[in-house]
Amino acid sequence: MSPEAASSLWNVGTEHYLALSLLLFGIGLFGVINRRNLITILMSIELMLNAVNLNLVAFSYQRGDLLGQVFTVFTITVAAGEAAVGLGILLAMFRLRQTTRVDAANELAG
Amino acid sequence: MRDLLWLVPLLPLLGALANGLLVGRRASEKTVAWIACGSSGAAALLGVGVIVDYLRVQSPRPFALPLWEWMSPGVLPTVAGPANLTIGFGFLLDPLSVVMLFVVTFVGFWIHLYSVGYMAGEPGFRRYFTYLNLFLVAMLVLVLGDGYASMFLGWEGVGLCSYLLIGFYFDRESAADAGRKAFIVNRIGDFALLAGLFALAGRFGTLQFAEIGSQIAASADALRAPYVLGLSFAGFVALCLFLGATGKSAQIPLYIWLPDAMAGPTPVSALIHAATMVTAGVYLVVRSNAIFQLAPGISALVAWVGAATALVAAGFALVQTDLKKVLAYSTISQLGYMFLAAGLGAYAAAIFHLATHAFFKALLFLAAGAVIHALGGEQDLRRMGGLWTRLPRTARAFGIGALAIAGILPFAGFWSKDAILSAAAASGTSGHWILYAIGLLTAGLTAFYMFRVFALAFLGSFRGDPKAGHHLHDAPWTMALPLFVLAVGAVAAGWLGIPEALGGENRFGRFLEPVVAKLAVNGVPAEPAALSHAAEIGGMLLALGIAVAAILLALRIYRAGPERGAALSRKFPRLHALLEHKAWVDEVYDATIVRGTWGLARLAAKFDARAIDRGLVEGAGRLTVFGSWMSGLFDRHVVDGLVNLSAWLLDRFSRSLRRVQTGAVSNYAFAIALSAFVLVCLYAVWR
Amino acid sequence: MSFLAGFLQENGAAILFYLFAGLALAGAVGVVTWKSPMNGPLSLLVTFLAVAALFLLRHAGFVGIVQIFVYGGGIMVLFLFVIMLVNLNRLEASERVWRQTPWALLLSLLFAGVVGVVARANWSGVSTAASAERLRTFGGEVVGNPQALGQELFRSYLLPFEIASLFLLVAMIGAVVLGRRE
Repeated sequence: MSPEAASSLWNVGTEHYLALSLLLFGIGLFGVINRRNLITILMSIELMLNAVNLNLVAFSYQRGDLLGQVFTVFTITVAAGEAAVGLGILLAMFRLRQTTRVDAANELAG
Repeated sequence: MRDLLWLVPLLPLLGALANGLLVGRRASEKTVAWIACGSSGAAALLGVGVIVDYLRVQSPRPFALPLWEWMSPGVLPTVAGPANLTIGFGFLLDPLSVVMLFVVTFVGFWIHLYSVGYMAGEPGFRRYFTYLNLFLVAMLVLVLGDGYASMFLGWEGVGLCSYLLIGFYFDRESAADAGRKAFIVNRIGDFALLAGLFALAGRFGTLQFAEIGSQIAASADALRAPYVLGLSFAGFVALCLFLGATGKSAQIPLYIWLPDAMAGPTPVSALIHAATMVTAGVYLVVRSNAIFQLAPGISALVAWVGAATALVAAGFALVQTDLKKVLAYSTISQLGYMFLAAGLGAYAAAIFHLATHAFFKALLFLAAGAVIHALGGEQDLRRMGGLWTRLPRTARAFGIGALAIAGILPFAGFWSKDAILSAAAASGTSGHWILYAIGLLTAGLTAFYMFRVFALAFLGSFRGDPKAGHHLHDAPWTMALPLFVLAVGAVAAGWLGIPEALGGENRFGRFLEPVVAKLAVNGVPAEPAALSHAAEIGGMLLALGIAVAAILLALRIYRAGPERGAALSRKFPRLHALLEHKAWVDEVYDATIVRGTWGLARLAAKFDARAIDRGLVEGAGRLTVFGSWMSGLFDRHVVDGLVNLSAWLLDRFSRSLRRVQTGAVSNYAFAIALSAFVLVCLYAVWR
Repeated sequence: MSFLAGFLQENGAAILFYLFAGLALAGAVGVVTWKSPMNGPLSLLVTFLAVAALFLLRHAGFVGIVQIFVYGGGIMVLFLFVIMLVNLNRLEASERVWRQTPWALLLSLLFAGVVGVVARANWSGVSTAASAERLRTFGGEVVGNPQALGQELFRSYLLPFEIASLFLLVAMIGAVVLGRRE
């Protein structure tokens, strides 16, 4: 195997994907922690999951192994199911509190 | 048969236990009476059988029946050197105990039967017969005991039963007081008795009569050596035993309980305070005659005290208005006669008079009881009279008893009193003529006061409450039969002792001869010398004449009632007052001894209240309070403090921790993210 | 012109990467910051599509298409439905949640940084030359990425596949129950 050129600015390697996924993950994490609206939080969670998928695919390409892509399929499946249930919870809470603000669910305070 | 001697006291004991414990509260009087009279009757019959067997086979050698060894404490250091002490319990049959056994069981049974009629309807019927049977047991143990220890057991037992029976009507203050008085006065005598017993045990290492007798015979002179208090050993022991006897047999100075004891039921007075218990002192002295023979000074003391008691008690009896009190003083007086005889060495005569006295005194008491019963409880002579026609059987019985005690031929008292007077006349003791004169005078007084009572009670017209007069009825058969039997005894008992002077064989005296120890020491005669027949007959006639004169005088004065007698006594006011108040002896005792004891008791009580109660007990209380205050302090501050501390800590922590639970989901999400971050860092570090 | 073609041919992959990366990032930031209830989800959609393109750039064809279908066509529609159901007027401005914002920022950056440092440790310099080929191969044959992936999925990872379908059933029931009107 011929030695490959190292990744650099114009030679996109796994590091670029990794950096991007980390940034997306970080933004998603920020959204989950800091936002008050439940919908925003759910969307941020989807963002984080996407970042993870990106990571998996990058590594799958790097290793030449389909395992990463298989994992990604599963992750997408789970994300879909989670989004459905999460939105269901949001609906239930909305009916109860007439708001989607997450700090309306503060019964655990104390 | 004589092997069954141990059964004789056991039968009344079983009767007492049966009546006392097994018979139910609502059992009929008939059941109780059958058990009590049955057991005492069986004891009497068995006693007769034992006596007959003994007389046939073994008399006059003693028959011993040792039962068990009671104590053997080992070697004691004594004045005479180390003694190895053993004390046993058992029975003994010899001529003396044969006489006592017969008297106790025979008279005892008839009095049991009499009591059935007398105590009929009384609420304490069952209790009465339990105590009476128990008394019989104790008295039998006393007279059958083969040593001082067994005898002492019976001695105390009769004291207890006497207390129980005197205080039988315990709800009456007079009866309760009388019971206590009897017991306490007895106790004083018993103290002296015990001192004597300890001395004996210490010296001889045993308390058995036979062994002591043989040891005394072996060392008679040694016992006369000076011992303590200026007395010889024999003298000391004799004095102690005699003091015990004065308590039990109501002699000066411990006679004061006997008149008060009349508060008990009349059959009790008949049995205990006439025929049996009070004679225990005489029995003791006669049983210990060997010791008394070795102490002539104390024997003389016994005789003088006996004579004095006889005279003084007769004097008191002269002016009493209560029927039973007269009889009580009469008993004290007759007991004095017995001690007079014993002190003079005429032991057989003393026992002879004891036996005849048991019959006629019991007869007199039972007849008096019948009179009192018929009059519904009246005991005052001034309210009686004319009962000869209304209560013929009772009156005749009383008459026979009165004749017997007065010493009229041929009744029993004549023979026994004659024996004593003859002994006094023949005695070698210094001053014996004075003793004789006192005996004679007392005999006259006895006849006089006895027939004074007879006249006041049975002659003349009825002076009592008309209502009581209506209920008059003569005694039922249960009371009349014993009267009859005892009357026969009062007449015939003396015939066993008809002296040779009148052609008799003096069987009684001969029979008791072996009991008297033969200790001829230093010229002191073992027995009083005998009078010549002529002198004896002369003495008899003299005594008889005095007695008859006294009887006639009494009948003359009192046949119409107490008025003439009262007029007579007004002529001698100081004498009468002295006699009536019984020489204020009770009052003197009360002022000195009784009050002294009370004072001591109060002092002790004060000490107890101050030093002990306040000091010790309260002090202990305060200590406890202080201790508990300290532990309370500890509990409040340390223990509670710990508890409070942990609660406070918990509170602070929880307050801080609580802040985590904001309820804001964002905070929780942040926390999760933070934790994940930390885990990642840890992972990085570990790689 | 040829320079441009040459340039593009040489660096096209990189340019595409940076383009789509930038879109993804822009969309992500938009999700977190947009105040209007509609624009947020749409910005998320942009991110989804950018990510799908990035998948394709790494020869994950099947996964990329699935991303578009499931995320874009399914999840995003779900979001929009719910927003309309809830009748959201305005996503409230992000007020500070308990002085948390600076901390959240810091944490996020740190997280990203640390994970990156850790991930770089072992794998730099590994050859990726034959990867594209391998991702299309199954059992020695070149069968195309979907088939290869499918063979792999249904042979070696059948159990997880079935479990995933069970999971979807459960999620569906759950969503129905939660969404029910009482």
